[in-house]
Amino acid sequence: MIKKVTDEILHDHNADGIDRRGFLKCMAWAGTGALCVMQGGVLKSYSLSRLSDLGPSAAAAGELSFVQVSDSHMGFNKPANPDVAGTLKAAVDKINGLSNAPEFLLHTGDISHLSKPEEFDTVDQILKGTGKEVFFVPGEHDVLNDEGAQFRERYGKAAKGSGWYSFEKKGVHFIGLVNVMNLKAGGLGTLGHEQLEWLEDDVKPLKHSTPIVVFAHIPLWSVYPEWGWGTDDSAQALAYLKKFGSVTVLNGHIHQTMQKVEGSVTFHTAASTAFPQPQPGKADSPGPMKVPAEQLRSILGITDVNYVRGQHALAVVDSSLA
Amino acid sequence: MSRGVWILVWMALGIAAAVVLVSSPRTVAAGGQAQSSIAEVKIDNFSFGPATLTVAAGTAVTWTNRDDIPHTVVSDDKAFKSKVLDTDEKFSFTFTKPGTYGYFCSIHPKMTGKVVVQ
Repeated sequence: MIKKVTDEILHDHNADGIDRRGFLKCMAWAGTGALCVMQGGVLKSYSLSRLSDLGPSAAAAGELSFVQVSDSHMGFNKPANPDVAGTLKAAVDKINGLSNAPEFLLHTGDISHLSKPEEFDTVDQILKGTGKEVFFVPGEHDVLNDEGAQFRERYGKAAKGSGWYSFEKKGVHFIGLVNVMNLKAGGLGTLGHEQLEWLEDDVKPLKHSTPIVVFAHIPLWSVYPEWGWGTDDSAQALAYLKKFGSVTVLNGHIHQTMQKVEGSVTFHTAASTAFPQPQPGKADSPGPMKVPAEQLRSILGITDVNYVRGQHALAVVDSSLA
Repeated sequence: MSRGVWILVWMALGIAAAVVLVSSPRTVAAGGQAQSSIAEVKIDNFSFGPATLTVAAGTAVTWTNRDDIPHTVVSDDKAFKSKVLDTDEKFSFTFTKPGTYGYFCSIHPKMTGKVVVQ
């Protein structure tokens, strides 16, 4: 197994990197967010980088629309993207250009790169440009050195525990979870007993027909455990959500878009606004992928097209809109 | 292959082994015999190298992050814990007591390593 992966990497290196098709596929990432529209209990997700191609009917107004942005990594300044502020601003410009304005924003973590106050300040300042309320959950880069104290002070004053909370918007129940604290050697993301108990209580009084949107940083499904892309105790959390007819799980962390449907649950990861990471197992580590500077902006707007339908009325659509 | 060639091969291997021993006198991976008072662990590609380091008691071990993503060095039993290490930043800890010290990166917990103090 390990040998096979090594062989693939060697092959890639010998070919001087990946081919153009692979390159473009991997570049489905930067300066983007996702516009999410709830229509009849169905959540549709559109890549912001393709909204300029949006036809008038494609993103018709639903009951609720919001935008997910993720992995801003403010403070990152390596060759993979020396201007992460610029690409976040590009995302804000796209949000402000939406004809159907979103109600609010979700940020699924790694706001900062090194948990520095000035990094959070910069993101706050840039996102203020949308004029929208922003709901945050922390990434592991946001809770460095202080066990998340600064994050909670800034974004989680009303939250429980290490920063989890829930809220209602137009009949949709949103749940922000924290799975980047108290990580154990050799393990994956962790929710922890206290948070799981809270989640069970939080959803208990809700009707089964209530649409649920869960957002957390590390994927709550097993994307690629070898790189830590999963959450050890997510199965318990999902068990509490089984009774609901429409559950959407939004995550970041892996800097690329992916979808998966399991029964009435649709999982969706967002692209980063900062830099791309390789597809699972396609490199010798999940570190930032470097692309030539002159291509960094020009590759905005390229995304995979996927249509996924669950067994029920729920669907997440990551549309090309072309 | 002739007998003469085999002898040459074995001689070459012997010289190579000697070169390795001479060129890395300070650090010894698991199974090695030599011990020293300074040792280094490099962080590359989301892994600690060497993954297992054997040192004598009193040795200062220095970790250097050579990735362009930050990492930490945290012992499993919290005996030592670095601040977050950005690219090229270092963390040192002096091991005074013999034992086996497992550690990991608290940001990327799949990254694990071990220091064996003799």
